[in-house]
Amino acid sequence: MSKIKIIAKSAGDLITVKTLMKHPMESGVGKDKMGRTIPAHFIQEVVVENNGVPVLTAHFSAAVSKNPYLSTKIPGRSGDEIAISWRDNQGNTDKASVSAR
Amino acid sequence: MNAKRRLFLKRGLSGSTVAVAAWAGLLTPQAALAVWPEKAFRGESVNQALNRALGQADAEESADIQLRAPDIAENGAVVPVTVTYKGKADRIALLVEGNDHPLTCLFDMGLATEISTRVKMGKTSNVLAVVESKGRLFKTSKKVKVTIGGCGG
Repeated sequence: MSKIKIIAKSAGDLITVKTLMKHPMESGVGKDKMGRTIPAHFIQEVVVENNGVPVLTAHFSAAVSKNPYLSTKIPGRSGDEIAISWRDNQGNTDKASVSAR
Repeated sequence: MNAKRRLFLKRGLSGSTVAVAAWAGLLTPQAALAVWPEKAFRGESVNQALNRALGQADAEESADIQLRAPDIAENGAVVPVTVTYKGKADRIALLVEGNDHPLTCLFDMGLATEISTRVKMGKTSNVLAVVESKGRLFKTSKKVKVTIGGCGG
């Protein structure tokens, strides 16, 4: 199951997209309770697409908060398919999409 | 409204949009296939990070950038920041001056206006929004007080 939540709401020619991505965003500096360094594990790239066209690309560092939140405004209309995809430093990826209301 | 944007909206977002957008010069290959800017994120000062991320660091203060962030962040691990630019931003960089590595995220704006996210701050410092527009840099900053630092180190 995708761990990405998306809300896409249109008003005229603009869609406000809000997304929450479940991810630990570990910097690689922190240690666990045993004193072992937790390996870096964070989302590096997020792409927002409208009907398959990338409209925003975000590059994240581990300084973006855990379970990254991203909101943006893009051109579009109700019914457009808004997709959020991400890739992390360990090569994992995820993608989800909704129809803009 | 800028002519390209009007053309884009007029054509609507149909199946051939990628071809149309590419032809119109709205999408460069860089926008869709950007490489993660590791060196910029490793930059240890604002100037070093900006030079590595955007190729330059001199930015003019601009009232056209609206930067919203709390005056006081009770939890430095989750500080909400919103950046809006009145003109057309090509890229936006968000930096936390007091962090060991100031650059937190970098956006290729494409067709987007406004970005909002949450960042980690290790201690009280300025949050800096830098907008690249038509090859020039503009900036604004806001001091955010942090009561409990959030970099986890």
